[in-house]
Amino acid sequence: MSTFKLTPQLMRAIIMDHYENPRCRKTPEDLENYRKINMNSSGCVDDIWVYLKVENEIVEEVYWEGEACAISTASTSIMCEMMQGKNIDDALYIIDEYKKMIDEQDYDESVLGEALVFMNTSKQPARIKCATLGWDGLLDLLKELEEDE
Amino acid sequence: MDVNKIRQDFPMLQQTMQGKPLIYLDNAATTLKPQSVIESTKSYYEQFSVNTGRSDYDLAHYVDEEIIAAREIVAKLINAEAEEVVFTSGTSMSINMVAYGYGMKYLKKGDEILITQAEHASNVLPWFKVAETTGAVIKYIPLEEDGRLTVEQVEKTITNKTKVVALAQVTNVLGFLIDIKAIAKIAHKHGAILVCDGAQSVPHMPTDVKDLDVDFLAFSGHKMLGPTGIGVLYGKYDLLKQTDPFMTGGGQTAKFDLCGDVNFLAPPMKFEAGTQNISGIFGLKTAAEYLLEVGMDKIQAYEEKLKRYAISKLKKYDNIKIYNENSESGIITFNIKGVPSQDAASFFNSHGIAIRSGQHCAQVLIDFLGEVATCRASVYFYNTKEEIDKFVEIASKAEDFLDVYF
Repeated sequence: MSTFKLTPQLMRAIIMDHYENPRCRKTPEDLENYRKINMNSSGCVDDIWVYLKVENEIVEEVYWEGEACAISTASTSIMCEMMQGKNIDDALYIIDEYKKMIDEQDYDESVLGEALVFMNTSKQPARIKCATLGWDGLLDLLKELEEDE
Repeated sequence: MDVNKIRQDFPMLQQTMQGKPLIYLDNAATTLKPQSVIESTKSYYEQFSVNTGRSDYDLAHYVDEEIIAAREIVAKLINAEAEEVVFTSGTSMSINMVAYGYGMKYLKKGDEILITQAEHASNVLPWFKVAETTGAVIKYIPLEEDGRLTVEQVEKTITNKTKVVALAQVTNVLGFLIDIKAIAKIAHKHGAILVCDGAQSVPHMPTDVKDLDVDFLAFSGHKMLGPTGIGVLYGKYDLLKQTDPFMTGGGQTAKFDLCGDVNFLAPPMKFEAGTQNISGIFGLKTAAEYLLEVGMDKIQAYEEKLKRYAISKLKKYDNIKIYNENSESGIITFNIKGVPSQDAASFFNSHGIAIRSGQHCAQVLIDFLGEVATCRASVYFYNTKEEIDKFVEIASKAEDFLDVYF
């Protein structure tokens, strides 16, 4: 990702692509094998479920479903796609770096891939919640998993 | 009405947002405050910061007099008597006071409460609670296809079991003005009371509670140039007497003895337990004076003109869907094709324009509109045609909504 320049045109195209064709957006059929969490915001329409299946410390599947604006749809879609197959520690690291990026701190861009399109979210502080809704959901699920073990 | 002169009174209108001059079109949520309201609110803390109710010394006497004067000015604004004006924290509290103090006391199993799908949560949830507690039933008066409530539909829905009709004179999403006077007449014919949510109407048009013959009227200070945390419950004096206070205690709400005999004071005092929001009352007084000075009829005419102008311009764009083209108030509810309402609101924000997206506290309306969320722009008398021009220009470009992130 860092080998070519992420232009505004490209960033826009990536967000629109994930908004119009969201990845991993479904409620899994074998729901009993998943941890799930409802994430919503009283201030807006965003109201989504995040589903996580972990086997042998590996994130096997992450799905999501629900009502969401363009920013939360695209950010959750990108997140789910990125996380498949990552081990838990890597997943936690990526989430941490993503949140540092959103908060305008120094971050490790090498692990964020397409999620870098949200690097300027702080220009619209009211939308930070949208850009992090799914990510916070996955973080809560991973923490819950660690506590259970 | 000299809008440019009026604008000089509002410090917020001299501000920028995202580096652009602020265009404030979220007036249905709250309004901006003129300097005079800010000053009088502040004056309480700077010059008169003592409690009310005894008048033993000059400062306390002054505060008492100001509160009496505030009640009189607010009464004048709605053509009520001063003792019919109860200070509350706002519309929600006012309606809750009626629901708990009157609804809970007098409604019985099988009685009916009439509301509509367009009501704000604060005129829905208190009545749900009354129904749950008393066994009364909530009935929805059907709306016309465009969202309007007609007198005919009220007539068809009301029965002799109806005890309360609770309606907003102007609803907060669609902004239709309903014929409260005719509906009050129907309600009274059936032995019901009419509770009117005036949050979106009192700030924007002349109100005459005697002519309308409403039984209760609730409204908020902050939606009419006043401070937050202060509002009004108007009630016909006899009804206020029959209504129980929803909160008892501090201040001069009652005389009582050790045996537990309690004699509540007469309205409005019996509803005002505890030290009141005195600086809020000071500010509300100045806000009501300001509005009376400008003239409620002029405000209404100006806003209607501004709304018509905005609609006529917005209609030229195929990608903008308007949900309430024909409603009377200055509320414009719309969506932009292919742009989620929140993302549209961010796009407006990036151009310094404050509008609101979402469900606007009227979640039952969602089924009616068939939309998850909408954008809402709402004007007040300090908005200008030039601001509307800018708003329409940005609305027409909102397909580029992602630009705000790059």
